[in-house]
Amino acid sequence: MSTTTITPRGRAPVSGGTPAKWAAVDSWTMTRRELAHWARQPVQVLVGLVFPVMLLLMFNYLIGGGKGIAGDYAEFLVPGMFALTMAFGLDATMVAVTQDLNKGVIDRFRSMPMTNGAVLVGRSVADMLQSFASLLVMIGVGLAIGWRWHGSSGAALGAVGLLLLLRFAMLWIGIHLAMVAGKPELVMAVQILVWPVGFLSNAFTVPQNMPAWLGAAVEWNPMSATATAVRDLFGNDPGVVGTSWAAEHAGLLAVVWPVVLVGVFMPLAVRRFGALSK
Amino acid sequence: MTDAIVVEGARKRYGEKWALDGLDLTVGRGTVHGMLGPNGAGKTTAVRVLATLLRADEGRVEVAGYDVRRQPDEVRRRIGLLGQHAALDEELSGRQNLDMFGRLYHLGARHARVRAGELLERFGLGDTGRKAVKQYSGGMRRRLDLAASLITEPDVLFLDEPTTGLDPRGRTEVWEAVRSLVDGGTTVLLTTQYLEEADQLAHRISVIDRGRVIADGTADELKSKTGGDRIDVVVRDAAQLDLAARLLPGEATLDVDRRLASAPVADRMEALTGVVQALRDAGVDAEDIAVRRPTLDEVFLRLTGRAEDGERVKEAV
Repeated sequence: MSTTTITPRGRAPVSGGTPAKWAAVDSWTMTRRELAHWARQPVQVLVGLVFPVMLLLMFNYLIGGGKGIAGDYAEFLVPGMFALTMAFGLDATMVAVTQDLNKGVIDRFRSMPMTNGAVLVGRSVADMLQSFASLLVMIGVGLAIGWRWHGSSGAALGAVGLLLLLRFAMLWIGIHLAMVAGKPELVMAVQILVWPVGFLSNAFTVPQNMPAWLGAAVEWNPMSATATAVRDLFGNDPGVVGTSWAAEHAGLLAVVWPVVLVGVFMPLAVRRFGALSK
Repeated sequence: MTDAIVVEGARKRYGEKWALDGLDLTVGRGTVHGMLGPNGAGKTTAVRVLATLLRADEGRVEVAGYDVRRQPDEVRRRIGLLGQHAALDEELSGRQNLDMFGRLYHLGARHARVRAGELLERFGLGDTGRKAVKQYSGGMRRRLDLAASLITEPDVLFLDEPTTGLDPRGRTEVWEAVRSLVDGGTTVLLTTQYLEEADQLAHRISVIDRGRVIADGTADELKSKTGGDRIDVVVRDAAQLDLAARLLPGEATLDVDRRLASAPVADRMEALTGVVQALRDAGVDAEDIAVRRPTLDEVFLRLTGRAEDGERVKEAV
């Protein structure tokens, strides 16, 4: 502190602008914060992008297909891995929110006249951008190992939309769980549970290869619905399709599931965030 | 609307325990108000309620003329907060932090950038470049934290143990910054565990225990209200300390390391002449004899029945 004189500058020009405008400005400021974090941790960002690629290559080359999947396994696996990548985003969101909530900077945000939810919006935008980038990388690697889409480009865009919708649902579940769990130790427990839920899907194999009760659970898994719908839109081999209602209406469920999950968890998360100061 | 902070009967419960239990506090504009109390007395809870981070269960709480419950945004526009732990984004640089906070105070992108540059210069952080805050020293972090609290020149500034963990130079720097802010019209509410800090900075002091104010006034008022004067005797030969203590009026406390005996006195002159005579008669060789006002530590100890920090009390006695 070379000089400690503090010149009076009066109040900040806070007036002017509607609450909606400031909500947008604050949300952008918080998004920039996340982008600045990426710029400072390029290795971490890279690891985040490489991890699903690694899983994809492992499953494609080390484990291979199974009964009920005719033709090239990559055709079946790659869309499933897209869905799995989106589902595992839950974990990334939860870790990020938990770390943030345990930092002192949250106190400063809360003592400022900023829009309350901007912290969450910044998180959402950043996570969706990350997942979109991750999806592009996965599509690139998929093409490299022999996966193709056979439908129209409109259908392909629809598939990408469904995948991002699933990610959006995972985002709000992740934010909510982070606020409920709160501590890094509990996050670990949820992190471990994400794995069986992710694998209890038709990402790697068809439910017909499993015991009946397990197959039913798999068909109702939101991730399976998205994977099946995406395979359909990309024109990929769906494997043996089950005859249950869930399997036959995968396209519908791929929309309804995420929308319902967002409808439940977004209000819960927002309310919980607002109630932090009780 | 002459008072910057008005708290009446504030209560806040955590489980079974009332962290605030009928807290009353009035702080005039442009003054520094010190809040002293043992750990767990409710100081930090009080600051968090005032800074809109926590909601009181009962009572009236107004800051800068606005009710913290009904108009938190009006309050937030007018306050700065320096908490016990750095409220900064550790991953970002100092400049990125101040720029971000400036934008969130709705200065606009350009003003926020200019303001960030000004504050960095002013707090001697102008040359930190892209270095992330997590690589800053404790003193640098504290200065950046203070800078962040001053982005909008707040009407009311809350300082929750602002100099804990700082070296004497860092502490003096914070004190100077606080004084110059107050000269500019800012009201400061200060909690501290350094009683010297309250003595130095605060116009008025509230002593808090178990969530309520048990005494308040200027440092001088508190000293005369609670303690009265004391007489200190430092003996040259440590072996004579016990003897000297017995010759003092009232119950003496001892500091063996400093060969010091200290006791409360009712009448300054009488006590001084009496003690000098008694020491001479008993052949005690005194290095120093003085009648003095009590320190704030002693005031504190007497009021709360416990020391904030045993070691410092012992030093002061």
